[in-house]
Amino acid sequence: MSGSYYVPHETKWPFLATLALMIMFIGLANYMNDESTLTLTFTGLGLLLLVIYGWFSYVVRESEGGLYDDQVDMSFRWGMAWFIFSEVMFFAAFFGALYYARELSLPWLAGDGSGVSTNQELWPSFENVWPSNGPANYGGDFIVMKAAGIPALNTIILLISGLTVTWAHHGLKEGKRNQLISGLVATVLLGFIFVGFQAYEYSHAYNDLNLKMTSGIYGSTFYMLTGFHGFHVTLGAIMLTVILFRCIRGHFTNENHFGFEAVAWYWHFVDVVWLGLFVFVYWL
Amino acid sequence: MSTNIDHIKEEHHHQPSGLMRWITTTNHKDIGSLYLWFSLLMFFIGGFMALIIRAELFQPGLQLVVPGFFNQMTTMHALIMIFGALMPAFVGLANWQLPMMIGAPDMALPRLNNWSFWILPFAFAMLISTLFFESGGPAAGWTLYPPLSLQGGNSMPFVIFSLHLLGASSILGAINVIATILNMRAPGMTLMKMPIFVWTWLITAFLLIAAMPVLAGAITMLLTDRFYGTSFFTAAGGGDPVLFQHIFWFFGHPEVYILILPAFGIISTIIPAFSRKKLFGYDSMVYATASIALLSFIVWAHHMFTVGMPLAGEIFFMFTTMLIAVPTGVKVFNWVATMWKGSMTFETPMLFSLAFIILFTIGGFSGLMLAITPADFQYHDTYFVVAHFHYVLVPGAIFAVIAAVYYWLPKWTGKMYNETLGKVHFWMTTVFVNITFFPMHFVGLAGMPRRIPDYAVQFTDFNMIASVGAFGFGLSQLLFVYILFQTLRQPVTAADKSWEGAEGLEWTLPSPAPYHSFDTPPKVD
Repeated sequence: MSGSYYVPHETKWPFLATLALMIMFIGLANYMNDESTLTLTFTGLGLLLLVIYGWFSYVVRESEGGLYDDQVDMSFRWGMAWFIFSEVMFFAAFFGALYYARELSLPWLAGDGSGVSTNQELWPSFENVWPSNGPANYGGDFIVMKAAGIPALNTIILLISGLTVTWAHHGLKEGKRNQLISGLVATVLLGFIFVGFQAYEYSHAYNDLNLKMTSGIYGSTFYMLTGFHGFHVTLGAIMLTVILFRCIRGHFTNENHFGFEAVAWYWHFVDVVWLGLFVFVYWL
Repeated sequence: MSTNIDHIKEEHHHQPSGLMRWITTTNHKDIGSLYLWFSLLMFFIGGFMALIIRAELFQPGLQLVVPGFFNQMTTMHALIMIFGALMPAFVGLANWQLPMMIGAPDMALPRLNNWSFWILPFAFAMLISTLFFESGGPAAGWTLYPPLSLQGGNSMPFVIFSLHLLGASSILGAINVIATILNMRAPGMTLMKMPIFVWTWLITAFLLIAAMPVLAGAITMLLTDRFYGTSFFTAAGGGDPVLFQHIFWFFGHPEVYILILPAFGIISTIIPAFSRKKLFGYDSMVYATASIALLSFIVWAHHMFTVGMPLAGEIFFMFTTMLIAVPTGVKVFNWVATMWKGSMTFETPMLFSLAFIILFTIGGFSGLMLAITPADFQYHDTYFVVAHFHYVLVPGAIFAVIAAVYYWLPKWTGKMYNETLGKVHFWMTTVFVNITFFPMHFVGLAGMPRRIPDYAVQFTDFNMIASVGAFGFGLSQLLFVYILFQTLRQPVTAADKSWEGAEGLEWTLPSPAPYHSFDTPPKVD
C-alpha cells in the first residue's frame, strides 16, 4: 500500500473508441430509420474491434511487463465486480418486464383487479393463459420452446463449462499449464456449442414454431432475454478464447492472473443469468 | 497523430500539449476541468432552451414558437440539464476532489476516466443534432413515455443511442469513483474517517451503477417496440405502456438522488468550514445518506399515482416516499446544528450553502405534499410539480455546484475570486430563482398543466413574473462566467489553506494543487 503509485501515461484509445462507437451508432440509427444501409454500422464496428485490439494489447504488454502492482490489481478487481453488477441490473430490467407482464398486465387485461373495464370494453373474450401473445393474437398462434429439449441440454453445457473453467483456474494456480489449457479449450468449446444450439433453436422457433419477436409479449420477452444472454455468452466465449491464446503464449503467473479471473467471473455471471432464464423463461 | 506533439517533461512522464493534451489526458485534474467546463457549456445551452420556453409562456396564446418545437424544447432542456449539466458537474467535482481528499495521486482507473468524459461531447452532439432534423428532435418529454415517444420522427433512435452512451459514461465514471474510494485511500483513513463528500459520492456511485443499466434496458425495449415489432408497451400484444413508466422510474427516482446526494456532501463540507465547527452528527449523516439511497429504490411509483395502480400500490409508495423525509430531516437538522453557536462568516460559498438549506427544504416540503396520493391526484402534471423539482434542482443541486466551485476555486487555480462580485452573483441568483419558480406553485395549485405552450388567461400574471425571473436568472449566470474568467486572470495568491475553517487533506496541498495530488500516501491519524 505504501511507497509510490502507478499512474499511466496519456492514452489515445478511449477517444478512438468513442469515435468508432459514434460511427457505429449513427450508422445504426440511420439504418433503423430506413435512411441508409448497414455499411456505416459495420465500418464503426470494425474500427471499434481494431481499437479494442489495440487497447487490450497495450494493457496486456503493460501487465506482462510487470507494471501493475497489488493496488492496481485491486482497482481492476473492484472495477470488474461493479461492472458485472451493472450487467445484473441490465438483465433485471428485462426480468422485471417478464414478471410484470405475467403477474400484472396479462391478468388485468383478462379482467382482474383494476383492469376490469379494459377487458369488458376492448377484449371481453380474452383470458389470461401463459404463454400469451396478447388479446390481439399478435403474430398468430405459436408453439412455445419446451424446457426439456435443447434448453435443458444448454443448461448442462453451461454448468459443465463453469466447472471446466474452475478446473483450469486450479491448474493455473498450481502451475499445471496442461490442465489450464485443456480446461480452457473445453470451456471455449462448450461456450460456442451453447451459442450454436441457441442459433439452431432460434431458426427452429422461426421456421417451425412460428415463435417470433413479433409474437406478442411472450415473443418479446423470450427473444429479448435469451437474445441479450446469447450475446453475452458470445462475448464471454470470445474473451475466453483471448485468454486461452494468452495462456498458450505463457502469460500469467500462479499468483498474478487477474485477466483470467475477470473473464472467469464474467463466465459465471452469464451462467447464473442462464439459470434464471431456464427457470423463468423456459420452465415455469 | 504524434507529428505536432511537443513533449514537455512533467514530473516523471511526458505529456502532449495543446488539444492533444486534453484528448489523451489521464489526469484527474485535467479530466475534472473538462467535465466542469463541459457542464458549464451545457448549462448555458439548456438554459437558453429554458428561456425559449419562458419567452413563449410570457403571455397566453402562441407567440414565438410552434407547439411541436416547444415540446422539443421542454424535452431537450430536461435531458441536457440532467445528463449534460448536473451529472457531469458532480463527476467533475469528484474528479478534482476525491483523490485530493483521500490522499491519492489520481483516480484508480485513469484511462477509463478519460473514456467516461470523452463519450459526453459526442453523445450530446448526436442528441442536439436531432433538433436540425426535418422531423425535429424528441418531443415526448425527457421521460420518453410510450406510446407518444414511439410516434416521434427520425430523432428517436439517435436519442436512444445517445442515452445509451451517456449511461455507459456514467457507469464507467461511477465504477472509477468506487474503485478509487475503496482502494486508494491513504493509510489510516478508515471508511468512517472519510470526508463526508467522499461518502456521498461513494453512495451516489452505487446508485449510478444500479440505476443506469435499468434505463438502458427500458429504452432498448422502446427501440425494439418501435423498429422490431415487440410488444412490451402495447396492450394488444399483452404488454402495457405503464410497464415503461415502472421501469423508467425505477431508474428515475434513484437518478434524482444521484443529482442531490453529492450536493448534500458539498453542503456538509462548506457549512462546517464557515461555521468553524466540526460537522454535527457525522455518523448520522452517513447513515442518512445510505438510507436515502436504499429508499430510493422502493418509491418509484409515486411519479405515477394517477396511472391506475391497485390501492395497495398507491399506499405502499405513498408511505415509503414519506419515509424519505426522515433521513432528509436528519440532514437538515445536522446542518442547522452545525451552525449553532458557530463563529460564522458569510463568504460566497457559505451564502449559497445557506440558501441551499432553506430553498432545498422548500422543495423537500412540496415533495412531501406530492407524496400524499389523494393530494397528488390534484397536483399531478401541473406546474406545482415543475415548481417542486426546480426548487430541489436549481437552488438545490445547482446552488451546491456553484458553492463548490467558489469554495475550491482557490485550491484548483491558486487564485481568489472577487468576493464582492461573488456576493452580487449570489443575491441576484437567489432573488431571481425565487421570482422564477415560486409563482409556479400558485399556477400549479390553480391547475395550470405542465408541458403546454399556451394557457388560460387567469395564469398570465404569475407566468409573466416567472418569465422575468428566468431572464434575470440567466443574466446572473453570465456574471458567474465573468467572475470565473476574471479569477483565472489573477496572479497566484491563494494560501494553501484558503479558508480559515476548512478541513481535509486537500488543504495540506499547495494552491494550485500539484498535477499528481499525492505522490506518496499522506498519514491520516
